[in-house]
Amino acid sequence: MSGPHSTIAEAPLQRARGAAAPVLPRLLAGVHTEGALTLADHLSVHGQLPPLRGGRRRRGREHAAALIDEIERSGLLGHGGAAFPTATKMRAVASGRGRAIVVANGAEGEPASLKDRTLLEMAPHLVLDGAVLAAEAVDADEVIVCACETADASVHSLEQAIEERAVEPRAGRSPKLHLRTVPGHYVAGQESALVNYLGGGPAMPTFTPPLPFEQGLRRRPTLVDNVETLAHVALIARHGAPWFRQLGTPSQPGSALVTLSGPVADPGVYEIEHGASLASLIDAAGGTTTGVRGALLGGYAGAWVSREWLGGVALSKEHLAAHGATLGAGVVLLLSDQACPVAETARVARWMAGQSVRQCGPCLNGLDSLAGTLEQLAFNGAEASVTRRIERLASLTARRGACGHPDGAVNLILSALEAFHGDFAEHARHGACDRCARPPELPLPDREVSDQASRDRVSGRGSSRGGASRDRATRGGAT
Amino acid sequence: MNLSLAAVGPSTYWYLTRSTGAVAMLLLSVAVALGVLDVQRWSTPRWPRFIVDSIHRNAALLALVFLVLHILTSVLDSFAPIGLVDAVVPFVSAYRPFWLGLGAVAFDLIVAVIITSLLRARMGYSSWRAFHWLTYASWPIALLHGFGTGSDANTAWLQILSAICLVMVLAAVLARVASGWPENIRIRGAALGGTGVFSLFLVLWLPSGPLGAEWARRSGTPASLLHHAHTHAAASKR
Amino acid sequence: MSHRVRVNPITCEAHGMCAELLPERVTLDEWGYPIVDGTPVHGWELEHARRAARACPTFALLVDREHGRDRERESAGRRSAR
Repeated sequence: MSGPHSTIAEAPLQRARGAAAPVLPRLLAGVHTEGALTLADHLSVHGQLPPLRGGRRRRGREHAAALIDEIERSGLLGHGGAAFPTATKMRAVASGRGRAIVVANGAEGEPASLKDRTLLEMAPHLVLDGAVLAAEAVDADEVIVCACETADASVHSLEQAIEERAVEPRAGRSPKLHLRTVPGHYVAGQESALVNYLGGGPAMPTFTPPLPFEQGLRRRPTLVDNVETLAHVALIARHGAPWFRQLGTPSQPGSALVTLSGPVADPGVYEIEHGASLASLIDAAGGTTTGVRGALLGGYAGAWVSREWLGGVALSKEHLAAHGATLGAGVVLLLSDQACPVAETARVARWMAGQSVRQCGPCLNGLDSLAGTLEQLAFNGAEASVTRRIERLASLTARRGACGHPDGAVNLILSALEAFHGDFAEHARHGACDRCARPPELPLPDREVSDQASRDRVSGRGSSRGGASRDRATRGGAT
Repeated sequence: MNLSLAAVGPSTYWYLTRSTGAVAMLLLSVAVALGVLDVQRWSTPRWPRFIVDSIHRNAALLALVFLVLHILTSVLDSFAPIGLVDAVVPFVSAYRPFWLGLGAVAFDLIVAVIITSLLRARMGYSSWRAFHWLTYASWPIALLHGFGTGSDANTAWLQILSAICLVMVLAAVLARVASGWPENIRIRGAALGGTGVFSLFLVLWLPSGPLGAEWARRSGTPASLLHHAHTHAAASKR
Repeated sequence: MSHRVRVNPITCEAHGMCAELLPERVTLDEWGYPIVDGTPVHGWELEHARRAARACPTFALLVDREHGRDRERESAGRRSAR
């Protein structure tokens, strides 16, 4: 994606006190292109946070339990990609041993996703409200808001917002608010990697169990929630679960931010309700500018849907499951019909292989072999049984690492084989097609140098631990 | 103390300490060579990795046994004034303090490595691994101790044995460095460099050192024993 | 109470001793990394599993004891070193 992100048509500042219209925009309400909503604007649009019920410890616990109940009634699911029930996670952290910590995850390492940094840049106070509420819910004394180190505008907005709040402290609600920037590589936003990094280690996943909710940062129960999820919490606390459920589907209520990119008039971050059709989203973005070959839903760990299905696709868990896809972190990537899906898939596969932090043999070897096979297939042709070879490699790669990175890449690759099987068969027979030479459409940050430096820094290249893994990488690997 | 034997010639302990020392050196070299190679994961159907790994562990433990015997017999032997303290505290003995002290250093390192390995379930993997690297120091130190302290440097059997130990470990290091080159070039380079420097040192030092004239005196044998040292050296040549 | 074998893929360095000592549950992929069958182990298999876990140079092979929903890591390795 090039150029600045944009949001939906500006909504005038709403003087909402209590009642809020059940329509969109919700998260993006009042947002404008001149910068972040100040604290005053934010309160003007959304109203005050509901009063804290009592400040004493016991009353505080009632309040916390009531809040979690409300979130459970709302059916809020996480917006970081896993769609895990938020209330369940909060309950688990609240009942953990030790004082909890809240981590607001705005790392957003997915190249095609801009929603988190946009939300942080434009509506930081909504996220901060949600984080503070989450801290109350799980009885945490500390909140750490994480933004990508390259998202300067978001970092700046957050700094301002935190300063504004420091000037106007609220009685009874002051967990310590910290802002941390995190590296931008793909896996840095993974829950255990983020906790690892915040604890002073490298931004690489750790072996679980124990999961962060039981033992995370400084061995304390840690609630790691996507920044968008926390923004929804801030709205649910104000307007209630029934209000939240007025949009969306029964199993996936509420609204969501999606990043739409590809051949549309106005690519950018949009707020939809769950279950909205892909067609309506494309309409809101001004329609397509060329023909569309397919859509990648969920980002680079997601799945391809080929053009013949796109008309009927609705953006919610249950609708997309039929296509083997999820909304993931709200990423919708359209591929024009001038691109070669085989070449694009091969490039993404190679990029994903490069994003492995190389801790686990099956991931670093498997993704490398898969990328190599796809590259060969895309550009040089391959034997007829190459599909079987890819499937075999996929089964050796998925679910054998410490995190979901290899699983995501495998998901993407296998879905491409299915969605574009004609193209793949053609390439196997004849090698590169004339569309292969076109410039790549899918955004793969040309951050090779900075990525490498980032990963060198985080994986401690040169240490005997990392070194040993790399030994094996070169020795192993049949394609 | 076997007074009757002492009157006749070099005591049994004197032979035992030299032989157990030599065997310990050999076993230590086997353990180190296998340790270096084990990471290579060269295994065949007849030599699975867990067997090679067991041999590595058992050779190390057996080396420790012979090492303890080597120390006890040298303490018990009445010829050289060596006490138990000298076995663990380096450089305080009256007999060839530096070269004997090297033995104490090697012993301390080996004991540390073996204890940490026996307890490795209780420490993290990285701490255990850090300790284990001490073996790379203990082996050359033990070898130099053998050359410097022993009285058999001029004998064929010791020279052949030393050559075997050297070749085993150097070959293992070279094989390890070569396989997978040039990954991790800094560590591999350091290993090659260290090996080269050590070998060069031996080539330069041995002829003018232990193989040279009057080594017993130059290495710090107490003057009162020097005459006996000559007798013993001559006796062992036969 | 059942036991299951599991591998910590971060600590695993493909030494391959687990596959030699517990071929009933562990095979190696083409890169030398273990593919672990997670079905429960009992009796003599459990003894072999424990031995394999002890033999692993990096303590990557784990034998977990399960009571219902709790999984307790039973075997060697005080904490999972990365």
